[in-house]
Amino acid sequence: MIAYLGRRLVQSAMILLGVSLITFALLYLLPADPVRQIAGRSATPATVENIRHQLGLDQPFIIQYWRYLTHLVQGDLGRSYIQRSQVTELILSRLPATLLLMLGSIVCELIIGLTMGIVAAVRRGSATDQSLMVASFVGVSAPQFVVGLLLLYIFAVRLSWFPIGGYGSFSHLVLPSLTVAVMSAGWYARMMRSSMIDVLRQDYIRTARAKGLARATVLVRHALPNAILPIIAMIGIDIGILMGGIVVVESVFGWPGIGQLVWQAIQRVDIPIIMGVTLVSAFAIVLGNLLADIVAPFIDPRIKLR
Amino acid sequence: MKRFLTTTVAASALALMMGLGAAYAAASPDPNAKQGGDIIITYKDDVATLDPAIGYDWQNWSMIKSLFDGLMDYEPGTTKLTPDLAESYEISADGKTFTFKLRHGVKFHNGREMTADDVKYSLDRVTNPKTQSPGAGFFSTIKGYDDVAAGKADSLTGVTVVDPYTVKIELTRPDATFLHVMAINFSFVVPKEAIEKYGADFGKHPVGTGAFKMAEWTLGQRLVFERNPDYWHKGLPYLDKITFEFGQEPIVALLRLQKGEIDIPGDGIPPAKFQEVMSDPAQKARVVEGGQLQTGYISMNVTMPPFDQLKVRQAVNMAINKKRIVQMINNRAIPANQPLPPSMPGYDKDFEGYPHDPAKAKELLAEAGFPDGFSTELYAMNTDPNPRIAQAIQQDLSEIGIKASIQALAQANVIAAGGQKDGAPMIWSGGMAWIADFPDPSNFYGPILGCAGAVPGGWNWSWYCNKALDAEADKADAIVDPAKSEERYKIWSDIYNKVMADAPWAPVFNEQRFTLKSARMGGADDLYVDPVHIPINYDHVYVKDVQ
Repeated sequence: MIAYLGRRLVQSAMILLGVSLITFALLYLLPADPVRQIAGRSATPATVENIRHQLGLDQPFIIQYWRYLTHLVQGDLGRSYIQRSQVTELILSRLPATLLLMLGSIVCELIIGLTMGIVAAVRRGSATDQSLMVASFVGVSAPQFVVGLLLLYIFAVRLSWFPIGGYGSFSHLVLPSLTVAVMSAGWYARMMRSSMIDVLRQDYIRTARAKGLARATVLVRHALPNAILPIIAMIGIDIGILMGGIVVVESVFGWPGIGQLVWQAIQRVDIPIIMGVTLVSAFAIVLGNLLADIVAPFIDPRIKLR
Repeated sequence: MKRFLTTTVAASALALMMGLGAAYAAASPDPNAKQGGDIIITYKDDVATLDPAIGYDWQNWSMIKSLFDGLMDYEPGTTKLTPDLAESYEISADGKTFTFKLRHGVKFHNGREMTADDVKYSLDRVTNPKTQSPGAGFFSTIKGYDDVAAGKADSLTGVTVVDPYTVKIELTRPDATFLHVMAINFSFVVPKEAIEKYGADFGKHPVGTGAFKMAEWTLGQRLVFERNPDYWHKGLPYLDKITFEFGQEPIVALLRLQKGEIDIPGDGIPPAKFQEVMSDPAQKARVVEGGQLQTGYISMNVTMPPFDQLKVRQAVNMAINKKRIVQMINNRAIPANQPLPPSMPGYDKDFEGYPHDPAKAKELLAEAGFPDGFSTELYAMNTDPNPRIAQAIQQDLSEIGIKASIQALAQANVIAAGGQKDGAPMIWSGGMAWIADFPDPSNFYGPILGCAGAVPGGWNWSWYCNKALDAEADKADAIVDPAKSEERYKIWSDIYNKVMADAPWAPVFNEQRFTLKSARMGGADDLYVDPVHIPINYDHVYVKDVQ
């Protein structure tokens, strides 16, 4: 276990190093000149060169990357080119909002996805099953930008049940969480359905029914705990998918998280922020996968870590 | 030193020379204005730094104007220069020495009185390379600038503190635009102790002398300005509080305005909703329309064949159907025929420009040796409506036989291509260029049409460099005497007419501004389309529903 953990940690570190190198190189190769962005339109060429020198952007790639790494290991992500604030400060101030939205989304997608999956499994082959599966397919395929605006229009503008975007209270959280959840809920519904169908075929379920237990009791007490196990392990992996969705959803709902931060940074070629958020997201994904792998054997003893 | 100019004379002379006919009576306070209340303004993007030496986007530009002051300012809603932190000023006869008398009793938000030392410190700081100010170049005519910019000196020799309330600025050459330079944000006065305290984070802890002071800044969420009770301009500002909320898509902001939750959507009316808003009389009544110091144009790279031929460039000018393009963007602009926008002094209203005449354009192309046209590339920024406008241009060009393929790229990439000598044959400038930094005709020449801008990384995307016109421009800007301003503007009109004869650009339109406000907002309409405060002049607007 310890050896496994050690090996995985080293692997994770290598992955993060690779991500940092590739992202840094891609941003370096960008045809857009960040210095021109910073300097604005009226800067003289002398001013532009001065700023380039002050930021060390006149150095060769290897030196720039090495300097970034040495700062990185000290927890320093540099200063934003545009906002001129510390990137760590910008990310830390927005991280709680993103984590809250992720939590809300996971809760929503589990509630929606698992319910759909169970109902579809129990009514397998029926019209209900088929329409639920079509619905899950639509959910997976619908662009989140559209889903977000649709939910916003119906529930916030028309019905006034929720505020129109923003951040702060529980009611602010509902619509963005739902929007992120719609996509993943589709996956969970399909997984839950097949997992549940597997379990319902097992002998012990028939035994329980034969004992004369109510259908609902069998479903909830006997079938559900076993069917849900593989799903739990998926949550860690799901973080990567969530991260992608959050960039779009945060922009639509004005949710002050890191997705919105990086979206603005991309438009303004604010490289330190793009780097910082990419690394933090990569870290979250690596961590999620690691946790999923570590938790798996506890949930399902058939899996062994080697 | 012979003094030929005192403030009173200056104010009226400048009023004449601006001659924009703005109706707002700035000097007298608005009799209907009420003190108190607060408003909410939304933006999509975070606000960048509030450091006046650094901030340079249209979002923080007017916020900084409310937090800080400069020696000069403009009368609200107009482009008329007026002394601000300076009480009066004098210009020497040779136009090279400007002496400013400062107001007494002006206090920074930290309670300390502002003096001439602060003015000098602020100018030394903005020109120091370590500050990384994008506006440092505006001060290049001050004596000693080159040494400071090169890192050889810490202080501008041309700026002298005569006494605590007098500062003298000497220039290397007469500069008619210098008073405008003293009104741009980069020249605003900052307290040394606050800069030393906050260092690089001063932009997040702004301390100025302005009408408002910063009360709260929650990164990524909101920024709150509070009324400065010690503001030297008694009776201002009217509002007690302004809250800026960030991260709000323009479409969401519009919905919130319609529900009465906010007062100004800072990013304006989203294009997709423009027609809907304007066709609703109740909403249209709350839209204020105004001119902008902006021109959208097609640049043609005169160093790249076939655009090195005058007839080809003239043909392009005649091929573009500007009226149709303006209609396509819901009439949010007016067709242009010259580089300067109509609200800019020096605009030649009698200039006729090139007519829309595809037949004549075809003839010109044939004369230039391209009876069957040619293929080229048209660069444009990739956000709406620019790709649509580029398509309209493409269609117009195809009618005279020019096959232009569109390169729709991110803003930074188009700017990079334009700044390379062989980078882009044609660029549609929309979304990037050009809005004046200050209301003076010279601002449309140097960086975008003069030789100084035709350098790698420059903004003169047509790489047009006419030494004779550069000399004429220098001659015009040496006329500092406001009494001769009309003569100066005539020279500028002449320069732009000569530019159009060479046709490095095809001017397409001048954008109009449309500010949507809530029903409770009061104040003259000009304040909502203020040419220097975008979107609105925060210091002078008020709300009608306070006691």
